Formats: sequence, structure tokens, C-alpha cells
Amino acid sequence: MADRAAHNRRTVALAAVFWMCAAPSFAQSGDIEAGRDVFQRCSGCHQVGQGARNGIGPHLNGLFGRAAAGLEDFRYSKSFQRAGAGGLEWHAETLDVFLENPRAMTSGTRMSFPGVKDETDRANLIAYLRTFSDNPANIPEADPTARARDHDLDPAILALVGDPEYGEYLSGECTTCHQAAGGDDGIPSIVLWPEEDFVVALHAYKNKQRAHPVMQMIAGRLSDEEIAALAAYFGNLEE
Amino acid sequence: MTVNRRTFMGTSAAAAAALAAPMVKAAGHGRPKVIVVGGGAGGATAARYIAKDSKGEIDVTLIEPTRTYYTCFFSNLYLGGFKTIDDIGHGYGTLAAGGVNVVHDWAIGVDRDAKTVSLAGGASLPYDKLILSPGIDFVDGSVPGWDLSAQNAMPHAYKAGSQSELLKAQLMAMPEGGTFAMVAPPNPYRCPPGPYERVSMVAHFLKQNNPTAKILIADPKAKFSKQGLFEEGWQNHYAGMITWIGPDFGGENVSVDPAAMTLNIDGEVNKVDVCNVIPAMKAGRIAELAGVTDGNWAPVNAADMSTKADPDIYVLGDASQQGDMPKSGFSANSQAKVCANAVRGALTGSKVFPAKFSNTCWSLIAPNDGVKVGATYEATPEKIAKVDGFISQTGESAEVRKATYEESEGWYTGITTDMLG
Ligand SMILES: Cc1cc2nc3c(=O)[nH]c(=O)nc-3n(C[C@H](O)[C@H](O)[C@H](O)COP(=O)(O)OP(=O)(O)OC[C@H]3O[C@@H](n4cnc5c(N)ncnc54)[C@H](O)[C@@H]3O)c2cc1C
Repeated sequence: MADRAAHNRRTVALAAVFWMCAAPSFAQSGDIEAGRDVFQRCSGCHQVGQGARNGIGPHLNGLFGRAAAGLEDFRYSKSFQRAGAGGLEWHAETLDVFLENPRAMTSGTRMSFPGVKDETDRANLIAYLRTFSDNPANIPEADPTARARDHDLDPAILALVGDPEYGEYLSGECTTCHQAAGGDDGIPSIVLWPEEDFVVALHAYKNKQRAHPVMQMIAGRLSDEEIAALAAYFGNLEE
Repeated sequence: MTVNRRTFMGTSAAAAAALAAPMVKAAGHGRPKVIVVGGGAGGATAARYIAKDSKGEIDVTLIEPTRTYYTCFFSNLYLGGFKTIDDIGHGYGTLAAGGVNVVHDWAIGVDRDAKTVSLAGGASLPYDKLILSPGIDFVDGSVPGWDLSAQNAMPHAYKAGSQSELLKAQLMAMPEGGTFAMVAPPNPYRCPPGPYERVSMVAHFLKQNNPTAKILIADPKAKFSKQGLFEEGWQNHYAGMITWIGPDFGGENVSVDPAAMTLNIDGEVNKVDVCNVIPAMKAGRIAELAGVTDGNWAPVNAADMSTKADPDIYVLGDASQQGDMPKSGFSANSQAKVCANAVRGALTGSKVFPAKFSNTCWSLIAPNDGVKVGATYEATPEKIAKVDGFISQTGESAEVRKATYEESEGWYTGITTDMLG
């Protein structure tokens, strides 16, 4: 999170410089289908999905947001227990570093695996794994699955200050499906997202980089100001 | 890109503020009064939003005869065995606790000069703004041989609740290898994919319990909503079970004999075991009694859903004639929020924002085989006009179809909570 906050500050500071050239262009987040293939390198030791159990390695359901060495019924290496106690949590960014070279992060891990060297393969694998984590699994832009460099949105768009009253009116279009109280069955919760995550996600739909047809349609006609207004409203709802 | 976005934003906010209507002073009585007739997808949403957003500044009364609202949406899934009748029934307690005065009675008349609504129970209630969302009634004589007195022999199940239970009981009692017939309605009618989702759910039930049974559809329409998707699904899941007779083969020339349980299609008499007659539809009768209909429906202004006939009467949902939106629960809910914003603005001077509408209709074809169609809409001076849309594709993967179904479950929880709290 600290990283992301710093990143935000940086983008805001640079806004003036990039004003003229910053057409929105995203680095695509990983491809889930391709990630399924990459996972075959892991599946000898790790299970994931319905009914997954601990094997040689721990199961990987609900991985995102979990503390390292966080499953009670798996015997982790000392090295991992120390890392978990020291605050290591599995987020897209920590997984990315770990998967690139596991022993560099936890020297004593029992995971005898050289790592996934290719950056795209890693992104795909992470995208695949996060489909097995609870909410916000389907919201790649939200912590803990977010990666600061997942987007390259025009900083001016991120800097817009939304009008929450307008956002409240517009939110009526969202709450037909997304429950205002934050419930999450079949359709993800969108309340209390950090405003920036919200803005990034909606622009990704608007620009058709995220794949959902209903959301592409709804976001497609929201103006930058309207997206900012919605983010301001949903980001500050009282629980 | 050189336009200053902040300036632009300032302008658009100002434009929105400028839309705020002049405040109506409620004459003679304290808080301004809104009466909503019909506690369904449109009416319940409008009542809830006005009460919630006005924070007590507006007195909101909802007139609805039933204690439990059975949603037509997902009533087909009840027929298919995916939901219980209790799953689709919802009470009004939360709405009442949220500040809406819920009166269980029928509205039987509107006096537009005195601005009062009379109730079957004898009361007469004054309003500053009246919102009608009574759903549909059936056009007399549209299926020769059928009228409301025949709805037990040949249910419509197009208003959910006891009719849905009856149709399900008849489906379960069908003899082995029997025939389930449907008389499909002409356009426009509530829920364009509804009859065909129903056929899918009936087919699913029969495939499990009575696999040699047949389904016969007589249809006055040459084509129907999501036709390619349904036909593909029927071929995949229920091959040989379903016969669809369109107008080319006499599907529009039908009559029924409820006593004999026969369906006559273009002169050919079919003995059937269940006959689901879905007649032609019109606005719920109270809209006609209020004098705001023209023909079968109530024409409205797209910007706020006020009727062309009376600026203080609004019509939502199925009963309205608004333009391009299909008659669906999603549409009614969407229209209700635009209307609520406009009514509140008119009565209290709160900000009125530009109208935006959307709709998505999910249909279930077989277990985990869901499809959807949707669009966004805007208000033009003439009508609610379509902006953009999408539809599920034939040949989609099983995962996509399963996700679509799961999404519809989420939508159901979302919309019922949005309507009733
Ligand atoms: C089989 C089927 C499947 C459907 N599936 C879907 C779906 O998947 N998605 C979707 O979006 N839509 C679906 N629909 C459509 C949806 O149910 C309707 O479009 C929606 O309910 C319309 O809302 P409404 O407010 O206009 O009317 P309704 O929801 O019908 O509400 C009208 C209410 O008004 C009350 N009322 C009527 N007259 C009076 C009076 N005189 N005084 C007081 N109260 C009165 C009635 O009791 C009723 O409760 C489906 C419909 C059917 C039949």
C-alpha cells in the first residue's frame, strides 16, 4: 500500500508534464487462461480450486491477502514462518517477486522450484491464482490483487475530484445489481473501494480492457467526471 | 486534450444544478405528499428512494394490495425447480421501517382536479405527486375462448404467486408423454424473453421427470427475444421436445376451449394436458382510470416519467409507453430512480440530475446455462432512446454461461434489496 500511495503522489506531481501525451494506455493484467497452463508447473505440489487440499505444498485457495505461512494445517518451513511473522502477505506484487526467484525471498523454503522467469508468464499465473481467492478476486484493481503498474491512466483523470452527491444519484444505476450494503453473491461488492481503484477499474471497462459486457456498456457512457463522482460516493459510504 | 478538465467539470456541475426544477409549495398541508400505487419493481423502488433521499421532507405513501410481492423475475426458475416459492416472495416490512407509509389496499380511482386517490377500503388520500406503477392487465378477448374466469384451467402465470404455483402443480401432474402448450403473447408485453425462458425451465423439469412429454408453442410473433440463443439451447439440451409454431404456420390464429382442454391452432385442434395462455397485455387498469392512457399504455416524458396527460402523475414500468426500453423489472427499477430524483427535486428543490436508464435481462436455459441481453438508454424529447447494447453469443463456453447464471443470482439479490430495502 505504501508503494501505491507513493505512486499516486508521483503521478499527481507529474500530471502537468504528461498532460498532452497521456492518452490512457494500460499494461494488460494477466491472462487467466494462459495462467492455467503456467500453473501446470506448480500442480505437482499445489492444488487450487474446488476441493483443493494441502499436498506437498499448501493449497492456494484464498491466497490473496493471506499472511505467508498463514494456513494452520500446513507445516511450513521455518523460513516461511519467520517471513509471515515479519508481516509478509501474499499480494500480486509480493507473489511476483517470490515467483521470479523463490529462494531470493525466503532462502530456506522447501519449495524446490527455480521460479518463473518470464514476466508475462508470472502475470498470467497470478491472474489465474487470484480467481481462486475470495472477493476481491474478480476485481484485479483492488488490493490485495492490485499492482501499481497495472494501469497507466491519464493522471489528470485520477486527479479529478468527484462530486459525491452526483455520485449518489448515479449509484442508482449500480445498485440494481451491486448491493449497496456490500453483499457479494454472484456480483462483486463495490462499496468502500479506494477511490483510485474504482476509477482505474471503471476506465478499464470503458476502454474495453476488462472484459465484462454489462460493465463495458455501463462504463462506456460514463464521463470522466461521472466516474470520479461514483468513486467519491462509493469510496466514502458509511458501513 | 487541451481542454481544461476542471473547467469542464465545473460547467457540467453547473448545468446539472440549473436543471433543478422550481420548488412546488405544498398547498394547505405540511410536508409535500407523494402517493405511489403498486409496490412492484417500479413502485417500491420509487417509494423507497424518495423516502430515503428526502430524509423525511416528503410524506410517501405506497398503496399495494398484497402483503407479499412475488417477483415475476425468477418465477420461471421456480417452475424449473431452481427456486422455491418462498425464495421469490418478499414482504414490505423493511420498506415501512425505512419511512414509507405502506397501505395494503387497492387504488380504485384518481380525481385529478381534487388531486386525490380513492381506495377500495373507502379512504381518499390527497397527493401533490402521484406515481403509478401498476404493472399489466390482460386485453379482453385477445385469445378467443379465454378470459380471467378460465385462469384456473389455463393459467397465465404472468403475475407471479398463486398463478405460478398453479402452473407448477399442473406441470407436475402431467401424464407421461403428455403435452404442455403455451400461447405466447403479441408485442409489446412484459419481459420479452420471459415466455421462452419459461419453455426452457418447463423443458428442464420434463427432461428430469417426464422425458417423453412434449412442448408446443403457438406464437403470433415471427421472431422473439434471444431467439438464436434459445434455439441453440433447446437443440443442445432438449432436442426433439419443443415445437414452435410461428405466424407462418398459423401461430397467430389460435383459440382455446378451457373445458375441453383443447388448443386450436389455425383450425387444427390439439388436445393438451397443460395450457399456459399468456394473453395480450395493457397497462394496469388504474392507469386507464386515472385517464393517463392512450390506447393500451400510458405515454410518458422520457426526462422524468411524467405522463403526457398530467404533469403531476407519473407512470413507471410495464404500464408506461416510453420508447425503446423493454418492459422488465430492471427497466422499471431504473425508471423509478430517475423519477424519484425528479419528483424530489420538484417538491423540495433538491438537485435534479439528467436521466440515465439501463436494462439487462438474464435468462436461464438449463442448469448453469445463462444468457443475457442489455442496453443503455437516454432521454430524448420524443422518447427513451437506446444508446448501446450487447447480447450473449451463441457457442459461448460453459464457464461463461455459468458465470452469467451466477451473475443473475447476484442481480436478483441486488434488485430486490434495491426495491424493498
Ligand atoms: C415470467 C416472467 C419472468 C420475468 N423475468 C424477468 C427478469 O428476469 N428480469 C426482469 O428485469 N424482468 C423480468 N420480468 C418482468 C418484470 O416482472 C416486470 O417487468 C416488472 O415486474 C414490472 O414492474 P412494475 O412495477 O411495472 O409492475 P409489477 O412489478 O407487476 O408491480 C405492480 C404492482 O402493482 C400492484 N397494483 C396493480 N394495480 C393496483 C391498484 N389498482 N392499486 C394498488 N396496487 C396495484 C400489483 O399488486 C403489483 O404488486 C419477468 C416477468 C415475467 C412474467
